[in-house]
Amino acid sequence: MSHVGVDEPGRKVLLMGNEAIARGALEAGVHFCSGYPGNPASEILDTLAGLARKFDLYVEWSVNEIVALEVAGAASFTGLRALTAMKNLGADVCADFLMTVNLSGTRGGFILVTGDDPSAHSTTTELDTRNYARFADIPLFEPATIQEAKDMTKWAFDLSEELGVICLLRSTTRLSHSRGTVALGPIKREKRSASFSPDDTWTSGSSRITSMFHGILHDKLRKAQEKFENSGFNWYLGKENADFVIVTSGTGWLYCSEAVKLLGLENDVGILKLGTTWPLPEKLVSTHLKHAKEVLFVEETDPFLEHNVKMLAAELAVEGVGPIRFYGKKSNHVRGEFGAGTGELNVDVVVNSLMEAKKLSYVPIEKKYSEEAQKLLSSYVPARSMSFCAGCPHRASLWAIKKALKLDGREGIVTGDIGCYSLGMLPTGFSVAKTLHCMGAGIGTANGFGNLKRFGLDKPVIALAGDSTFYHACIPALINAHWNKANLLLVVLDNNTTAMTGHQPHPGSGSNALGFISPKSPIEDICRSIGVAVTVCDSFDLDNSVKKLSEMLQAEGTKVIILRHECPLAFPRKKKARVYVDTDKCIGEGCGCVRFCTRVFGCPGNIWDYEKGKAKIDEAICNGCGLCAKLCPAEAIIVEEGA
Amino acid sequence: MEEPLNIIITGVGGQGNVIASQILGSAAVEDGFYVSIGETYGAAQRGGAVMSHVRLSKQNQYGSLIPQGRAHIILGFEPIECLRTLGSFGNKETKVIVNPRPIYPIDVLAGMAKYPALDDILRVMKDLVSSVQVVEATELAKEAGDPIMQNIVMVGCLVGSGFTPVRIEAPQKVIKMIFAKKRREANLKAFELGVKVIRKIKPL
Repeated sequence: MSHVGVDEPGRKVLLMGNEAIARGALEAGVHFCSGYPGNPASEILDTLAGLARKFDLYVEWSVNEIVALEVAGAASFTGLRALTAMKNLGADVCADFLMTVNLSGTRGGFILVTGDDPSAHSTTTELDTRNYARFADIPLFEPATIQEAKDMTKWAFDLSEELGVICLLRSTTRLSHSRGTVALGPIKREKRSASFSPDDTWTSGSSRITSMFHGILHDKLRKAQEKFENSGFNWYLGKENADFVIVTSGTGWLYCSEAVKLLGLENDVGILKLGTTWPLPEKLVSTHLKHAKEVLFVEETDPFLEHNVKMLAAELAVEGVGPIRFYGKKSNHVRGEFGAGTGELNVDVVVNSLMEAKKLSYVPIEKKYSEEAQKLLSSYVPARSMSFCAGCPHRASLWAIKKALKLDGREGIVTGDIGCYSLGMLPTGFSVAKTLHCMGAGIGTANGFGNLKRFGLDKPVIALAGDSTFYHACIPALINAHWNKANLLLVVLDNNTTAMTGHQPHPGSGSNALGFISPKSPIEDICRSIGVAVTVCDSFDLDNSVKKLSEMLQAEGTKVIILRHECPLAFPRKKKARVYVDTDKCIGEGCGCVRFCTRVFGCPGNIWDYEKGKAKIDEAICNGCGLCAKLCPAEAIIVEEGA
Repeated sequence: MEEPLNIIITGVGGQGNVIASQILGSAAVEDGFYVSIGETYGAAQRGGAVMSHVRLSKQNQYGSLIPQGRAHIILGFEPIECLRTLGSFGNKETKVIVNPRPIYPIDVLAGMAKYPALDDILRVMKDLVSSVQVVEATELAKEAGDPIMQNIVMVGCLVGSGFTPVRIEAPQKVIKMIFAKKRREANLKAFELGVKVIRKIKPL
């Protein structure tokens, strides 16, 4: 339904932040796009892949983020415009290449887009990727609105190409996953040929050459700074020469505007809104530090602007600027539930900061309402925990692991990894997983756990990995385990898709980003070639998978079992089986199972009929996998295969 | 119209929150409004609570999150989620339109939490705010051909209620555009059932 590819300049349409970034790339004439799925950034590449045929773009889902950045880097070296998109943790994965391609320089406009996730809605960290811009000495853009997400992306390509340096565009969840009104610009349809002449070299060098390139990079950054001083993405609004100035970037801008309005401070404070935050446009900022007696910093996650502006203020002291009282993360005025620098911003956080800094009062909800509502919510409204979908093969796989570990009896350790099956740490995954960090950390840490026998830890170790995660980050660790004789069992939960992020393909799925048929690299073939024992089971063949898991837990060395079944959301069953409860067989509360199907098994399709006091299947939710029927001790759940 | 007009669509992952907010938002853009929509993702396919904040303004773009206590309208696809949202974002003037069909949290199914009786939930809502309209949207959606379309019935209720400045024709145009031919008529019917029924439903 999206208007992202409509070529009607001037038309106003509703776009998601990620779509706006993709649209900005189209308007900049992007040729080559890559990325690895991860929320909140996934839809940038999803969108570009959907438009690839229409606009003759090259779009690939890469195996991981560093490969994504490298393939796009090559395109930039040959003069093409290239974009790579990833979530915040992806920036860590591609950091090696980022920290050298900054020095080698680039040719065609080259943009790295990172999706940060303050409040960690769908991430295991609140990592602020702006630090990478300062770390790598590259220009940084922070769009504040959906419109700016489009316009800034376009401008970033021009700047990158002019200066010959990769640029970082930082988005956050509330930009990437929000929708807003966007006025479209013209789509640039510029054909370019990739060229690489025999004299071309692209390297960060070594020894003195590297230092020289480092100096050249600093020169580029100074040029970027000059441009940023006059950028239309930076502005000051509100009271002229105000004593109280708010310095903000990204989504903070709209929250600040609204908070100032709510508190009636429009004629009292000024807001300096910065869209280009590294290098800091120092002249512009200095102009407003000169009239400020108090400054409040409003930015997502780290005190990035706060540190940079404070450093500038220290330099300006000799010119008679200041003293200025600063409010922000350091002073604890801007804080989330768990303190300053945690959680995402919103209008209420900014209102609270302003109230404390300016000693004002404001009541967001009428006291009586708020008290009544809070009382009700705490005593009345049940929690709604996340769970695996009805018919999810991961529920079956984790049940099998739980069972096998119980049979084994040695209190085996399960290390978790990133994907839908991260829920293996929660009751819906029977709380089997005990660690969870980043892509590939499951088998990585299992390598360690599996070599601790000499230190007295002699427990079997199971590492979890999804199929996409296996390709992304598990292969070197699997080789390491084999090489160093780590005692571990890698369980690959293979549902034939990157499910968590919206069902993108991967190297085992037989198709690419555009949906074309691609060669497969089967997981079992990779494992065999490494030299480790590997077995494949259907996730829903419970007896078999418990048996195989048990056998492999007993064996020494590094082993792999692939529990395979397609994600039913990505590959819906054509003829769904009908599952129902035979109320004559279900003994209800009187059965020794203590309502096993709803209490322990926990599939949302299994509900309880309180009137009859018996189990029931919610046929609107049930996916027909039939697993509960295999587990019901009274054999009261009937599966009628689809006709 | 309030400036900006703050609407929250609340429910459970899988109920079609995002489609509902997109239809409403796209319709409002058609009608010349600045629209901001903030969604909860992540929990969407995993049975979690989901919320879409939809903000309409004649004047300028707003941030995509509604401040506490500032929702003018709450469209509840599920009673408990409606109450949860009402607690954080409602005030006594907030108008509520709610589908009374419960979707039990896994915590309730597992016996770790209790789901209150529907009558109690509605009574609490009525005590909190001045206008609560209960719409059997799932039943109406069945009438239109598929219970899954309760989200479209509810969007019809919202637009038909007159609480928003969005014209009835605007979402109809969007529905015609976004649904494949096979699903188009049923969705239009669901929308129209919503528009009609809300005018007959008196607040509790």
